[in-house]
Amino acid sequence: MTNSQSLSRHDSLDRGGKAQPLLRVRGLQKHFTIARGGLGRQASRVHAVDGVDFEVYKGETLGIVGESGCGKSTTARLLMHLLAADHGEMIFDGDPIGQRGGISVREMRRQVQMVFQNSYASLNPRMSVEDSIAFGPQVHGVNRRESRQRARRLLDQVGLSPSLFAHRYPHELSGGQRQRVNIARALALEPRLLILDEAVSALDKSVEAQVLNLLTDLKQEYGLTYLFISHDLNVVRYISDRVMVMYLGKVAEMGEVEALYRAPAHPYTRALLSAMPSMNPNQRTEQAPLTGDPPNPIDLPPGCRFCPRCPMVEEACRAEEPALEACGTAHQVACRRADEVMAGAVPVKRLSEESPT
Amino acid sequence: MSLTLDGGQTAAPVPAAVQGYWGAVFGRLRRDPVALVSGIILLLIVLAAVFAPWLAPANPFQTSMINRLQPIGSSGYPLGSDELGRDVLSRLIHGARLSLLIGVMPVINAFVIGSAIGIVAGFVGGKTNSVIMRVIDVFYAFPAVLLAVALAGALGAGLVNSLLSLTIVFIPPIARVAESVTTQVRSVDYIEAARASGARSLTIIRRHVLGNVLGPIFVYATSLISVSMILASGLSFLGLGARPPMPEWGLMLNTMRDAIYVNPWVAVLPGMMIFTVSICFNMLSDGLRSAMDVKL
Repeated sequence: MTNSQSLSRHDSLDRGGKAQPLLRVRGLQKHFTIARGGLGRQASRVHAVDGVDFEVYKGETLGIVGESGCGKSTTARLLMHLLAADHGEMIFDGDPIGQRGGISVREMRRQVQMVFQNSYASLNPRMSVEDSIAFGPQVHGVNRRESRQRARRLLDQVGLSPSLFAHRYPHELSGGQRQRVNIARALALEPRLLILDEAVSALDKSVEAQVLNLLTDLKQEYGLTYLFISHDLNVVRYISDRVMVMYLGKVAEMGEVEALYRAPAHPYTRALLSAMPSMNPNQRTEQAPLTGDPPNPIDLPPGCRFCPRCPMVEEACRAEEPALEACGTAHQVACRRADEVMAGAVPVKRLSEESPT
Repeated sequence: MSLTLDGGQTAAPVPAAVQGYWGAVFGRLRRDPVALVSGIILLLIVLAAVFAPWLAPANPFQTSMINRLQPIGSSGYPLGSDELGRDVLSRLIHGARLSLLIGVMPVINAFVIGSAIGIVAGFVGGKTNSVIMRVIDVFYAFPAVLLAVALAGALGAGLVNSLLSLTIVFIPPIARVAESVTTQVRSVDYIEAARASGARSLTIIRRHVLGNVLGPIFVYATSLISVSMILASGLSFLGLGARPPMPEWGLMLNTMRDAIYVNPWVAVLPGMMIFTVSICFNMLSDGLRSAMDVKL
């Protein structure tokens, strides 16, 4: 059967078996210097990603959520080594990336691919769709004819007829079609891990649903693992197995999607979830679940970085930054009062509770 | 259904003739009347230059003291004669060779060298970029005429040296355009995507940067051809480029400048040739720019 054939490539690359995480990230950190220090001035730094640890298990979809500026996209770019990390270790299926005794960045990039948010900017306007998809395999030594054939097969797989689309240019396609091309391009290298950085966020809802279904199908067919970055909580819930919530460059909470959505353990996650518009008119919130803006990532508050906006902040929170700790099976949270949050102690005002209409 | 990428599924047949990007550009260029007319005029002038010995009615070097400064339409001198009684039409036809060479060659050379410098600087970025561009800026700080004269003077008089000095004059502006366009292109996602597929820098430059960058640089370079022709004639006037009695439009314009009181229509003819060629190159580069804009 052809299915087993496609998986066999992955099987041959599979080193540690199912239990070994496909990707293990430890202490990932990236600070951007925005104004150089000099003449006694302190250099200002944006703490984009500030010590992030997580694992991506084989065959799962890990969703990363958080508001804009929390370091989701920077994390993706660090994983692809499009940005150089300041600190941190990335281990791909047991092999450290870019270190002696591990795999090279180039080899990693064959096994990890990325779909970018901006479907238009991520395709070369001067290249036909076919050439864009065939570029990756050609870089890795597949000859021109074969890589073009592969491109056409992939176009077919993502639901675009090769005879109609192969010779088109990006400006002749709609947003949804372009994102399908981007997915085909990412798949052309037969990766094991696909990073989807806001890949469906720019699409309108009906097209978004189609692309999400396509992603689900492709995942099954090729035995892929997804790292799905989005700010859309509904989409993340739909597609993910586990979720990681980021706040200002740190992991706030991480866990199985249903457990986390049902009983969030971090006040931030809880606020995020209560910000989701409810379909039930009796459950609509009256006021913003969070007040104020996130603190300036250049000048972070001491202690827990959620303090200034947290409804249940206490003195100890301001003094010491909480570490990511287990709170239940496969559920981790970085909050001192996680137990109370899980028990529902956070004051989240709802219309139905406050003023009966 | 086949699920593998390399599996047995046959791809749809490739259409026989695939019109490439440049094919489409020329298709659009042909439909632009202004660019088409400019192109035809330039083609005619180039052909005239190539077949000058057969086309010219008289020897461009043949002087005649009796027939000096004949007006347009005199017998034997369809476009009049110059201050030494040479046939202006023949000199214009022969002059096209040198004038085109002197106008186009430095720009072609500078296009190749300047683009290479600018693209590398823009693509590498950071400190390397700053160092390269500041050196370029030093040259750019001189007025073009002054730099051309100084270089041609330093290298010594002669046609080759004047070509060389003009090349050096045009490298900085082209490199600057190349650098700024490349810097823009470099930060776009498709370059990141190419990097993410494991391509090396040279491959990325070749396949993704060049195609998106050469167009604007090329358009800018064609607009420099007219400047180059005028600068070259200036060098000739100073005795640093083409020398009398060589027929060259700029030189002709300069030597006949006194005749403007006697025979103005003949005296401005070389200037009109320079004007026509410059305008045609500019129009053609404009047309090329719109033809290369895929978003149109």
